[in-house]
Amino acid sequence: MAAALKPKLDLDPVFIGIHTGGAWIAELLHRDLDIKPALGTLNISFYRDDFTRIGLNPKVKASDLPVDVEDRHIILIDDVLQSGRTIRAAMNEIFDYGRPASITLVVLIERGSRELPIRADIVGETITLPKGEQIKLSRDENTGLLALTVQKSGDDDNLT
Amino acid sequence: MSGDLQFDSNKRLRHLLSIDGLDQKTILEILDTAETFISVGERQIRKVPLLRGKTVVNLFFEASTRTRTTFEIAAKRLSADVINFNIGDSSTNKGETLLDTINNLEAMHTDLFIVRHIDAGAAHLVAKHAPSHVRIINAGDGRHAHPTQALLDAYTMRQYGKDFKKIKVAIVGDIMHSRVARSLIHILNILGVPEVRVIAPKTLLPVAIERLGTHPYFDMYEGLEGVDVIVMLRIQRERMQGALIPSEQEYFNLYGLTEEKLVVAQDDAIVMHPGPMNRGLEIDSSVADSDRATILPQVSNGIAVRMAVMALIMGGSKKNKEAGS
Repeated sequence: MAAALKPKLDLDPVFIGIHTGGAWIAELLHRDLDIKPALGTLNISFYRDDFTRIGLNPKVKASDLPVDVEDRHIILIDDVLQSGRTIRAAMNEIFDYGRPASITLVVLIERGSRELPIRADIVGETITLPKGEQIKLSRDENTGLLALTVQKSGDDDNLT
Repeated sequence: MSGDLQFDSNKRLRHLLSIDGLDQKTILEILDTAETFISVGERQIRKVPLLRGKTVVNLFFEASTRTRTTFEIAAKRLSADVINFNIGDSSTNKGETLLDTINNLEAMHTDLFIVRHIDAGAAHLVAKHAPSHVRIINAGDGRHAHPTQALLDAYTMRQYGKDFKKIKVAIVGDIMHSRVARSLIHILNILGVPEVRVIAPKTLLPVAIERLGTHPYFDMYEGLEGVDVIVMLRIQRERMQGALIPSEQEYFNLYGLTEEKLVVAQDDAIVMHPGPMNRGLEIDSSVADSDRATILPQVSNGIAVRMAVMALIMGGSKKNKEAGS
């Protein structure tokens, strides 16, 4: 993923990760690629399309975009791309901060089951999973290591 | 008084009528949510689409500028449509009038009512009779409750680094007529504040105030000794006709917060006031304008706290099957 991103770096892009998993990956990429503009994070809770059904999740941290996005090239980073609804919400939120020059979507896992015409520009891994299965990124708070877990009706199956 | 009216069968908050009846978890959830809303006020576009297409009615049977305005801003930042009704206290048969008004507004497809009324229990009455999809927030009812004020006060204390489990809080002034004091005492008790003091002349203290878990003081220097937070209440001049205070000058000398009296509190004690304040009556200008005062941050925090309450009670209502925006 880092290699695929290199050509984009000439545009002095702003890195933005989506809470929570996307922010972890963004943190790693931001550090490894030595990106100068400060890292931004988005909490898309206020833009979700299922608010009237599931309500708010107040445990997620607030959005923090320390760099003005106006006319900037944005690298938007998430852990798993499935339906595309999170990305739609994230793009709506970014536009409430300003009008970016472009947005490039980077995801660690693309897992199929898209529901919106949203596709990632840079993908770490493509996995096809049945709709009932959940893929979840978690981080060990001590080592900082990330782990992917596939969950099917309560069963835990560690992938990496 | 609120019973289970405030929660639905899944224990979700559906109305905010009083602090009494809430648990610590719910209160902290509101404060945490408010924190995430603070940044919305600092962006280029100060709006999030959570309540898009919802109608919020500010139903004020009692005058208020600050509370009504902050509720209005909060609702608008959540993208709701807001209608303000300022209804004077004209009717003698308030119960009937109130429900009639609500029925009419309900017929206009209102989703959330913000209710302020001079009678205690008005918001409860509305909540009891409102259709199940309508939500109610109490914005002050008589001497009973003002829950969003208590929430924003607690929020402000936390923002200034006060640990609820350790602090001493003094509430000063007209405790008797104050719904702010009542709600504040409840929230501080629920949050586990070890010492809540009330300081006032005997004429402005309700009997058996100790039963609310507070320690009454009649002298400012004794009451303020070592406190971390001082909450000054407004002297409601319109309610002072019955010789409850000797004279304004004497009240100020005894109970007005001055720099001289502030010395006995903790060095980092903050001074709060729900507004509007009477300078030179309950608080000296030099204190009100000092950096110890959190009066203006309280107003800004009020917006975020009210956004949080609205978002929490309006979310997850499965009635609307369409996926939001």
